[in-house]
Amino acid sequence: MGTVLTVNNINVYYGAIHAIKGISFDVDRGEIVTLIGANGAGKSTTLHTVSGLLRSKSGDIEFLGESIAHTAAHKIVSKGISHVPEGRRIFQGLTVEENLQMGAFVTKKDRIAENLAYVYEQFPRLKERTKQIAGTLSGGEQQMLAMGRALMSDPELLMLDEPSMGLAPILVDQIFEIIKNLNKAGTTILLVEQNAQMALSVADRAYVIETGKIALSGTGEELAKSDEVRKAYLGG
Amino acid sequence: MNLLNSLISGLSLGSVYAIIALGYTMVYGISKMLNFAHGDVIMVGGYMSFIMTMYVGMNGWLALLIAMAVCTLLGITIERLAYRPLRGTGSLAVLITAIGVSYFLQNTALLIWGANPRVFPSLLKGSEPIRLAGGKLIISQESILTIVAIVVIMVALTLFVNKTKAGKAMRAVSEDNGAAQLMGINVNQSISLTFAIGSGLAAVAGVLMCSAYPVLMPTTGAMPGIKAFTAAVFGGIGSIPGAMIGGLILGIIEIFAKSYISTELSDAIVFACLILVLLVRPTGLLGKKVSEKV
Repeated sequence: MGTVLTVNNINVYYGAIHAIKGISFDVDRGEIVTLIGANGAGKSTTLHTVSGLLRSKSGDIEFLGESIAHTAAHKIVSKGISHVPEGRRIFQGLTVEENLQMGAFVTKKDRIAENLAYVYEQFPRLKERTKQIAGTLSGGEQQMLAMGRALMSDPELLMLDEPSMGLAPILVDQIFEIIKNLNKAGTTILLVEQNAQMALSVADRAYVIETGKIALSGTGEELAKSDEVRKAYLGG
Repeated sequence: MNLLNSLISGLSLGSVYAIIALGYTMVYGISKMLNFAHGDVIMVGGYMSFIMTMYVGMNGWLALLIAMAVCTLLGITIERLAYRPLRGTGSLAVLITAIGVSYFLQNTALLIWGANPRVFPSLLKGSEPIRLAGGKLIISQESILTIVAIVVIMVALTLFVNKTKAGKAMRAVSEDNGAAQLMGINVNQSISLTFAIGSGLAAVAGVLMCSAYPVLMPTTGAMPGIKAFTAAVFGGIGSIPGAMIGGLILGIIEIFAKSYISTELSDAIVFACLILVLLVRPTGLLGKKVSEKV
């Protein structure tokens, strides 16, 4: 097994606002770890800090034993972290194929075809739409494209931010099925979700974030049964 | 015949505007800033080419290459020193800085080369205008060169942006800077490349413009810069084909206004057309609707 990601006591500020107040957690190889919590608790901020788009004032982030807290965002991808941001943020004006090519921006040339085949295998729908302008895809397809794009770099760790957002329940089930498949195929997953029920059902371990701090942690099962979590996040 | 003559002059002038507008629109697309110093880069290109031909005795085409190289470096330097430190701050700060850079370039040129207008040696020096239809239709070779130039540039740029990795990365950064970084794209590099291309094109525009209208002084770039900016907005700022169409239309309107209405009023008419287009289509002819992100 072994630890893939260690986040140690990070502090992130938006101007004067102290958004992340000393969060620490870790992700082991092969796990699905989820961060749950209310809107604005700091889940997305945490992911943005790991991928280098935001900086922590103190503490450290280690990936595969190497500190990445001061590594430029565009260099973190090639180390093996892929981040599917909230709201998907696919390149709307580019075609599906071009979006996937962007996902492989730092991938070695001889691996691209193989990774593309894997992405099309996971998301057959994308293969039917290679030449389509990404902005014209449906919400579910856009989520698939965002995930496929992130997989093009064949990441060790895949970070997913609210993959279920704005999707019909049947699509949410589909997306979570795919998350489980990707994990079975060997990708370690860090999942941020507001849909706590879904997230806990697939997660090996979970952390509850409240106003920038870790409030609770445990296995997915434990937290799903915990009274606190049930009251606050699972509707009783 | 008069009409055809005007149309060709309009296309030629419009091609110059289009080449300049491409720089405006690409830089706006990728860094969401209006680089008001862009027009003055044209002037620097003009002077570089002037010095190389008149004082160093270089062939005009070689001088053009030197001017392009100098302007490319100038563009990268301006971005690096003046705009990059302000990235992430308000757009107002960047805008004011751009105006500052514009004045800086104009006044540096004034210091070095003085205020006296120079007579620019045409790239096609001594070429005879082509006379057709029994001498009624007169086309200068500079006009033809300019029109050919915009076609070549447009094709090359379209291929670059759609087919190359660096070009696609530029489009990705234009759309979503943050997401582009998550792909591993070096945004700074992409923006530098855009300034490099835009400024290199500005040198081409400067030499072509001065070849057709051979007066060179420190403020030479200012008015064409503003007009090309207008052309970029007219066509839809951020859009490459928009800049080209906007430039061509603007050039044609300007020459027709000069030929048929009034030379003095021609600029007023050009800008009135811009206002009309923006009233009907606020995003310009080919501009995309900007939708708020949720």
